[in-house]
Amino acid sequence: MSLLLACLSGLIFGLGLLLSGMSNPAKVQGFLDITGAWDPSLAFTMAGAIGVAMPCFFWARQRSRTWLGLPLVLPVNSRVDRRLVLGSVLFGVGWGLSGICPGPALVGLGGGFLPAMVFVVGFCGGILAFNRRSRPAEDA
Amino acid sequence: MTIDWLHFTPWLALAGGVLIGLAAALLLTGLGRIAGISGIFAGLLQPFAAENGWRWAFFLGLLLSPWLLRILHPGQPVFPDADIAAPGQWLLLLVAGVLVGYGTRMANGCTSGHGVCGLARLSPRSLVAVLVFMGSAMLTVALLRHLPGGVS
Repeated sequence: MSLLLACLSGLIFGLGLLLSGMSNPAKVQGFLDITGAWDPSLAFTMAGAIGVAMPCFFWARQRSRTWLGLPLVLPVNSRVDRRLVLGSVLFGVGWGLSGICPGPALVGLGGGFLPAMVFVVGFCGGILAFNRRSRPAEDA
Repeated sequence: MTIDWLHFTPWLALAGGVLIGLAAALLLTGLGRIAGISGIFAGLLQPFAAENGWRWAFFLGLLLSPWLLRILHPGQPVFPDADIAAPGQWLLLLVAGVLVGYGTRMANGCTSGHGVCGLARLSPRSLVAVLVFMGSAMLTVALLRHLPGGVS
């Protein structure tokens, strides 16, 4: 049951990325291009996603178990440090260069979108290189 | 700054965003997990990590989503035409991938984990991450597109 739910969540997440235009690198770069001809569409995507997810996080905060009876694993790390900032700078440079972030990369990998497939090779390399250097910490 | 009205698609973008929010809500309220894609995928690269089952299932869903769209919308292209014949383009995508992989591990999150889930739970740490990666991505695109000799 929980595996089915996780798969459904991935499926819906991927559909959302495709429908919104997040999986189109040119659209993403148009959104990031505030000094040129700016396409603000993807701000609506962020607003829609956050708007739907926010009440669920409030619900989750008041409970310790999900409706499937599983423990709620919420992040506890609230440190703003050099590692967070430097990592985000690097991520932003890569995102800007390609117009691809991790979700759309994996959706593109599944759909046979060549730029995403090339990107994922580098993506794996970057993750493995980081893991080699230091132990992964807790996620966002 | 000028608005690119030609490519502006607010309703489709909003609808896609609502689906992303629903997916994150489903994973949180059912499995008790954060839909952070860089973290989920990094977990899969550690084959002996515990509790990877749901990560594989979520990953499978992501991979299948373009095929579902192809079934729902036959004849509509799911991805834009990609012309990456030039070797420079391949190299650019590879380098970008490395930066995104390394950077998201270092910062423990990307557009989904910090951007959607982090902001939705009002995490100051995620807000900082989002402001920094949006800023650095915007600067990168500005340099790429508008610097003399820049591409496209």
